Amino acid sequence: MKQEQSIIPIDVGQLIGSVEQCRNEGYRLAQIGCTKVGDNDFEVNYSFDKDYVLKNLRITVTAETEVPSITGMYWGAFVYENEMHDLFGIQVKGINIDFKGTFIQTAIKYPFGVSISKGEKP
Amino acid sequence: MGFFEMTKTALKTVLSRPVTILYPYQPAKKTGLTRGHVVQDGSKCISCSICVKKCPSQAILLNKEAKTWQIDRFRCVVCNSCVDTCPTKCLSMDTQYTAPASKQGVEVFTITYVKPPKPEKKEEPKE
Amino acid sequence: MTKQIIVPFGPQHPVLPEPIHLDLVLEDERVVDAIPSIGYIHRGFEKLVEKREFTEYVYIAERTCGICSFIHGATYCQGIEQIMKIEVPERADYLRTIWSEYSRLHSHLLWLGCFADSFGFENLFMAAWRIRERILDVFEQTTGGRVIQGSCKIGGVRRDIANDKLSGMSRDLDSIRKEIGELTTVFLNDDTVRHRTRNIGVLSRDDAYHLGAVGPTARGSGVAIDLRKTGYGAYDRLNVPVITDSCGDCYSRCYVRCKELFTSIDLIQQAITEIPDGPIDVKVTGAPNGEYFMRAEQPRGELVHYLKGNGTKFLVRSRIRTPTLTNIPPLVKMLQGCELADVPVIVLSIDPCISCTER
Ligand code: SF4
Ligand code: SF4
Repeated sequence: MKQEQSIIPIDVGQLIGSVEQCRNEGYRLAQIGCTKVGDNDFEVNYSFDKDYVLKNLRITVTAETEVPSITGMYWGAFVYENEMHDLFGIQVKGINIDFKGTFIQTAIKYPFGVSISKGEKP
Repeated sequence: MGFFEMTKTALKTVLSRPVTILYPYQPAKKTGLTRGHVVQDGSKCISCSICVKKCPSQAILLNKEAKTWQIDRFRCVVCNSCVDTCPTKCLSMDTQYTAPASKQGVEVFTITYVKPPKPEKKEEPKE
Repeated sequence: MTKQIIVPFGPQHPVLPEPIHLDLVLEDERVVDAIPSIGYIHRGFEKLVEKREFTEYVYIAERTCGICSFIHGATYCQGIEQIMKIEVPERADYLRTIWSEYSRLHSHLLWLGCFADSFGFENLFMAAWRIRERILDVFEQTTGGRVIQGSCKIGGVRRDIANDKLSGMSRDLDSIRKEIGELTTVFLNDDTVRHRTRNIGVLSRDDAYHLGAVGPTARGSGVAIDLRKTGYGAYDRLNVPVITDSCGDCYSRCYVRCKELFTSIDLIQQAITEIPDGPIDVKVTGAPNGEYFMRAEQPRGELVHYLKGNGTKFLVRSRIRTPTLTNIPPLVKMLQGCELADVPVIVLSIDPCISCTER
């Protein structure tokens, strides 16, 4: 059985407004996830759930774009935002608990954001 | 209320035999389906290297020249993928777990399969 | 003002089965804040998806977690099936459901044991794990693996269970139900247990919802979220009751899990009576092209597998959001204002599974 879900692409600038609207409509934050789609392009999905319907807000950013934090509306979002920063190198501004890259420590910085070929020293 | 709720369970535990097994002095529990370790039958392997491609942990190495098939027991996660995909069914899953080892190493099987000669055409043994 | 001191808790601590670190800010004996950090066992599973064919990634997805392994595998498969529009035979759906519910039984019993251990009740810990052993035996008899079942594949399941074996399992569950009944009476009625769990680590309904709590952590606070209600697998044909409790303390979370043991047994028995005969898998050709958010209910709560393929044999992205990750912010909220001695009980009460949190 197909689970109901929708993907709404938005701009980085609209993010805070749309998330605030979700919060006011009583949505629950299900996850924030990042996907590498090009050499320096990333898709970030903000998934919200209400009555088992999933609504995804999607922004497309580069590693240099500053993404505003949504921890003002959803306090618990800090785990995802720190993860996003530590694994992909996305710059998130204004997280309430900012680990500054120490939430998930890896030998290679931003392991999911860089491509490393075999034998090459990063 | 609610004080000696545990007494019955505790008494039963004291009076019954242990449920644990003194492994390795007693053999471990096994069933017919238990995934223990992979064994290879060298007389049936056609060196197609499907198992090498289908192994998620890259535990199998096939050397066509030397006619060997080797498996690294430390890498193998006993997932049964190679056994399922082998076209000649020369791989099988034994129910015995691999014995603990202190050194890493590979287990080498020799492939003794010889391509059967084709009836009409000129026969040409497998290289 | 009282002087604040910081006590590090973990990553190695007697009650923690897995490493998580908490910096506890204390005023005397009272915790005023807690700062969690993870990152001790990051294994890079999500990256591995780019190097393994999507059919073999099932075995890797399954190894995300050693407790709810089957559900991870099944969720991944269901996600791929949704992208590729594969209809799974009904019998496979039912078998997946049966194994998923067995996983839940196994996980909740394991948790009950660990929870008893967290407040020092060793005897109860062993009693719980003794019952769990019987569940693991069923796994081994039906799938060949005690912990990693490996019986799910894209397009169906890899092993069938014979019908007489199924009815044997159903009969066996009756005696397991009796044993679980005795066990849960201790958890729910014993004064010692109640004393250590009642009114400890209270999470209000609002906090639970907005901080993203899922599973028994949310249901213990009265938020009725149970992804089985979305009807994946065979759950749309079964009767799934959602168990909630309103207090939001450790006792409520324990209560929810205790009662869920019985619903799981009911679901398995119901599935066994309804299971149709037929094939257990369909042939899969082609490669996934598209994306899908597959959600499923794990013993710990909602699990999200985000899968994205581009028409090749290698997926572009698999994002696994496990329930523990989203239960960390509620945990921080629960810890604020508790006593230092209750920290182990509260941490255990969300059923932390750190390995799958970090993948
Ligand atoms: S059982 Fe799995 S891990 Fe082991 S060799 Fe076969 S395919 Fe590889
Ligand atoms: S073991 Fe089987 S799959 Fe592997 S090379 Fe030999 S015939 Fe092929």
